[in-house]
Amino acid sequence: MCRGFFTSVERMSTSKLISLSEAIGRFVPDGSSVAAGLGLEASIPFAAGHEIMRQRKRGLGLIGPISDMLFDQMIGAGCVHRVQAAWVGNVITGSGYNFRRAVESGALRVEDHSNLTIAMALKAAAMGVSFMPVRTALGSGLFVAHPGLKPIACPFTGTPLAAVAAIAPDVALIHVQRADESGSAHVWGNLGVMRDACLAARHVVITAEEIVPAAVIVSDPNRVIIPGFRVSAVCHVPWGAHPAPVAGCYNRDHRAFIEYRNASRTPEAFVRWQERWVDTPKSRDDYLRLLGAERMSELVLRNHLFPAPVDYGY
Amino acid sequence: MTDYIPSHLMVVAAAREIADGEIVFVGMRLPLLGFLLAKSTHAPHAVGVYELGVVRDDMAPAPILTMGDLPNLYRALWLADTADMMGLLQSGSVDVSFIGGAQVDRFGNLNTSYIGGVENVQTRLPGSGGACDLASLARRHIIIMAHERRRFLPRVDYITSPGYGDGPGWRERVGLPRGGPSAIITTLGIFRFDPGTSETVLSSLHPGVTVEDVQAHTGWPLRLAQDLVRTPPPTARELAMIARFDPSGYWTRANE
Repeated sequence: MCRGFFTSVERMSTSKLISLSEAIGRFVPDGSSVAAGLGLEASIPFAAGHEIMRQRKRGLGLIGPISDMLFDQMIGAGCVHRVQAAWVGNVITGSGYNFRRAVESGALRVEDHSNLTIAMALKAAAMGVSFMPVRTALGSGLFVAHPGLKPIACPFTGTPLAAVAAIAPDVALIHVQRADESGSAHVWGNLGVMRDACLAARHVVITAEEIVPAAVIVSDPNRVIIPGFRVSAVCHVPWGAHPAPVAGCYNRDHRAFIEYRNASRTPEAFVRWQERWVDTPKSRDDYLRLLGAERMSELVLRNHLFPAPVDYGY
Repeated sequence: MTDYIPSHLMVVAAAREIADGEIVFVGMRLPLLGFLLAKSTHAPHAVGVYELGVVRDDMAPAPILTMGDLPNLYRALWLADTADMMGLLQSGSVDVSFIGGAQVDRFGNLNTSYIGGVENVQTRLPGSGGACDLASLARRHIIIMAHERRRFLPRVDYITSPGYGDGPGWRERVGLPRGGPSAIITTLGIFRFDPGTSETVLSSLHPGVTVEDVQAHTGWPLRLAQDLVRTPPPTARELAMIARFDPSGYWTRANE
């Protein structure tokens, strides 16, 4: 009788816990396609994005739905030559000025998506098929000179559809509440397109508020956004999504988004912003020191809500 | 005489477009406030769907500046994937959605992507986000924007979010499954759409605004509704509610 099957099986896994600078150095080579900002407004991986800027990565393709201001920052830093996204700007202030300047000068290639088409492009790659059908955007400008969108007819009913070509990123960057050393990660709150982007990507790099034992992760498997065997690197980066909000951890720092609007209006001002917030801090710890304990304390949760326990037993 | 500004009137007009019990795909800015106002007045059973993966059937417990603020997640009805929200929309479960724009034309097509068009871009705007999907797939959608002549054009430079295209039958021809704009709420009045011609008809004038004012700021010849009315001003209660949802005036006083 195979007694071992019924006893607690130690999960065999090698640790993928490395520093953020090593993870970006190894898994985001120049020219990569990088999916980020996948929680829409939530849990945007600002620490990972700033490390990409600090390492002066070049020729990246960015993939995302609503990137908030992270894409604008990476574009301003000269890291990006192509964007496949539904929206690039600053959610509470509007335009992304670096994005505007780059497109208007012809320096940046853009494939315009909607939130639904980018979600389905990632879904297609996650499912291992070459496209997904949608009913959105028909007749819109999105189809103009777009290699990834095509009107088709349903092979069964003849209904007009749009085919959205799969997008498989080289790497997906996500920020999570907690992960174990193998990369199995818990996320809660709104999920955006995180799950499909992780399944679609060749590599997944995780920044986590907290590194926890594997037993914590498997105690609540419904909360796993991606299993560790699909993850390439795990980095312990508390406050790694600031100024974006992270459910259970900290609120959105609206002030940072408003300050960034002013700091990105001109290329000169943006250079100063990057110097202050990205290049001078050599690590996320330095960044948090710059931010200051007082400002961080304004963002922590004041009203907690713990769910009713569930029973995964048998 | 109650003190209010045009954005208050737009929020109130947006709220009045929501019927109780409707499933509403909520956008950002003034529509967000309009939804909250409707929920707290005549439409307590309306359900809000937010593209980032949030569904709520009650009010957030604290003021929110954007749909991603954590109070908007607190005791939500559902937290899920963007694809789930878009599935509700695509399968026809969303009654009404709200979107803004930089340019609109007489058929209700919206541009939030390229001023000047793709080939000759003068100003690059942020793009669709979910707006194209809301305009394509909701049972109806409502446009909210500032009424300026440079924004109200005979033809938009680029269609980010489809209205009625070039006229009657266009949505069916291109394959959109349903919907279309039902109103444009502006700083000067409210347009609706003629079911026969799919063109805008001025149906309501905000207090103190004349037809000539609207024509001066509109880039196509106005058609007037037979029963052209005055938009009722916000009530004191509505203004008090708006002040609760936007305590700093971040959205209502954004353009002052």
